Amino acid sequence: MKEFEPVIVAFCCHYCAYTAADMAGTMRLSYPPNVKIIKVPCTGKVGGVHIMRALEKGADGVIVAGCLEGDCHFKDGNVKAAKRVSYVQKLLDEIGMGPERVEMVTLSAGMGERFARIAAEFTESVRALGPNPVKEAPAGRARAAAASS
Amino acid sequence: MITAERKPLEEILALIEPYDRILLVGCNECVTVCAAGGRKEVALLSSALQMARMKEGKTLDTVETTLERQCDPEYVEELVASIDRADAVLSMACGCGVQEVAKRFKEKPVFPAVNTKFMGASERQGVWAERCQGCGDCLLGLTGGICPIARCSKRLLNGPCGGSSNGKCEINPDVDCAWQLIWDRLKALGLESRYEDIAPPKDWRTSRDGGPRRIIREDLAS
Amino acid sequence: MKTESRLEKVLASGNLAVTSECGPPRGAVPEKVKEKAELLRGAVDGINVTDNQTAVVRMSSLAACILIAQMGLDPILQMVTRDRNRLAMQSDILGAYAHGIHTMLCLSGDHPQFGDHPMAANVYDLDSIQLIQVVRAMRDEGKFQGGDDILNPPKMFIGAAANPFADPFELRVARLAKKVKAGVDFIQTQCIYNLDKFERWMEGVRDRGLHEQVYILAGITPMKSAGMAKYMKNRVPGMDVPDEVVKRLSGVPKEKQAEEGIRMAVEDMQRLKEVEGVSGFHIMAIEWEQKVPEIVERAGLLPRPVV
Repeated sequence: MKEFEPVIVAFCCHYCAYTAADMAGTMRLSYPPNVKIIKVPCTGKVGGVHIMRALEKGADGVIVAGCLEGDCHFKDGNVKAAKRVSYVQKLLDEIGMGPERVEMVTLSAGMGERFARIAAEFTESVRALGPNPVKEAPAGRARAAAASS
Repeated sequence: MITAERKPLEEILALIEPYDRILLVGCNECVTVCAAGGRKEVALLSSALQMARMKEGKTLDTVETTLERQCDPEYVEELVASIDRADAVLSMACGCGVQEVAKRFKEKPVFPAVNTKFMGASERQGVWAERCQGCGDCLLGLTGGICPIARCSKRLLNGPCGGSSNGKCEINPDVDCAWQLIWDRLKALGLESRYEDIAPPKDWRTSRDGGPRRIIREDLAS
Repeated sequence: MKTESRLEKVLASGNLAVTSECGPPRGAVPEKVKEKAELLRGAVDGINVTDNQTAVVRMSSLAACILIAQMGLDPILQMVTRDRNRLAMQSDILGAYAHGIHTMLCLSGDHPQFGDHPMAANVYDLDSIQLIQVVRAMRDEGKFQGGDDILNPPKMFIGAAANPFADPFELRVARLAKKVKAGVDFIQTQCIYNLDKFERWMEGVRDRGLHEQVYILAGITPMKSAGMAKYMKNRVPGMDVPDEVVKRLSGVPKEKQAEEGIRMAVEDMQRLKEVEGVSGFHIMAIEWEQKVPEIVERAGLLPRPVV
């Protein structure tokens, strides 16, 4: 049986995390290819439903990566995002998925190394959790297939 | 506004357990403002319910829609377009909306996804507090604009009771003593003397105690 | 004389009155009521019978009052507006009067949250001041609150509570004035430990001449121990226990604290007797009724006047 390769969706803020990921690349730091980056103008733009839909459509884990506290380009989008992430964590817990598949992290544009480390660590912790149970279900497989086609 | 809070997922899942196709209906009015049952909450709940079902190896089809006003038959009528695609309706509106949908679609089971809480105001972002009980005979003019029926734990019309301590209610230090607020406000308005006017026993007929209420505006009624 | 109440007669005679209280049992055990009441025979002019105190279910105040009246003693029917609406309360007043109960106390009652049925609906159709108005109109106008005439109207001597120590302090005299305006005849106060503050309140009462319109019975609860004093100080809302009280009790050996508590109660009563406008005492010896006669005697208030 093929080893489970988790799919991680990372919503990365244009002003920090996205640049940090870019820097990790320039610095030739390797981080797992499991992490699929979605650039957002600010993590404050990431709604609970975006995280939920990512999981519903087959992601095994979701990272929301925003600026360090106090550094948000739009004042406090990152703080709002952190609150939404914890709301979604509770919601996931309520449906028996556990809160661990979703995480909020903060970093600055210069932290390429930190980005690579977060990507590696989160990928490993999701790998340990095993596949998203939704994706494993027959209906989920059909849906994931439709989503990727 | 009317405030509400989503029911626990477990309870919602139990309500819709026998059905595979759900029409999930939000409302654009009060429940949107208090973040309980607007478009965003409809999307989140839909996603959560679907994942919960898929996790069990089952499916759930949801049709999401959010009406302008679910307590108004004119808007509820819009559900005609999608009602046939569902075996049951899950409403995220207040109890008024749930009942309007149930009245219109007699052949479909309709379930509430939120608990309707109270008529309240926004204290700050994300915090709502009770302000009115709809007693039908407003006495705010006598109490400095603070309602003792909604805001005193014992709804005393001649308070405060002996449990008022440092401006807080004895039932919970987070609850303001309504009568302390009333007194402070009367003082600020120079109306202290009003405090000693006794509020006589209230006629509760104008409230729920008189049976279900309705308003008829002859000039508007058809 | 407005009523047949023994308490009214004692107060009208110019004597200092003494009342005490007993909490009905948490079961259908009439013997318990009788035992407690018997301890107070000859020592007091009226026995308050609490009405589901602290929102905990007990034998009804009315039923326990009837048992006490049958013993030839003088019960005071406590009635809280928390549990019943105006229909139920007025019918209980008729029933009480029919059983020879002539004195009652109008209260709003503790919130259900504090009791053994926090899930219960709280009624509060009336508040305590409105209940005073209702009982007064039943007596003086012979009318129910709804406006109909009463056949043989109940003549109740009407009491209410006052807490001079609750907040806001500046409202405490005004609130008493409201009760007086509503028609209250006597007041039993919250237990007094901070005598200075109580005297300040009484000053305000006298300034408005309220002491001439209502009899004020000062509330006394003897401390059983330093632990009880600390509990009352820190845990009971609306209670004012100064540090000196706790200190004095803590200063004596544990086995002597109860005696010290009684000595303090007697000293307080001696001081309060001199306060103009104090018409008597309401001694709330919680589960300690057997000590009441001794306290009354040591305070120089025995024998009770024959009226």
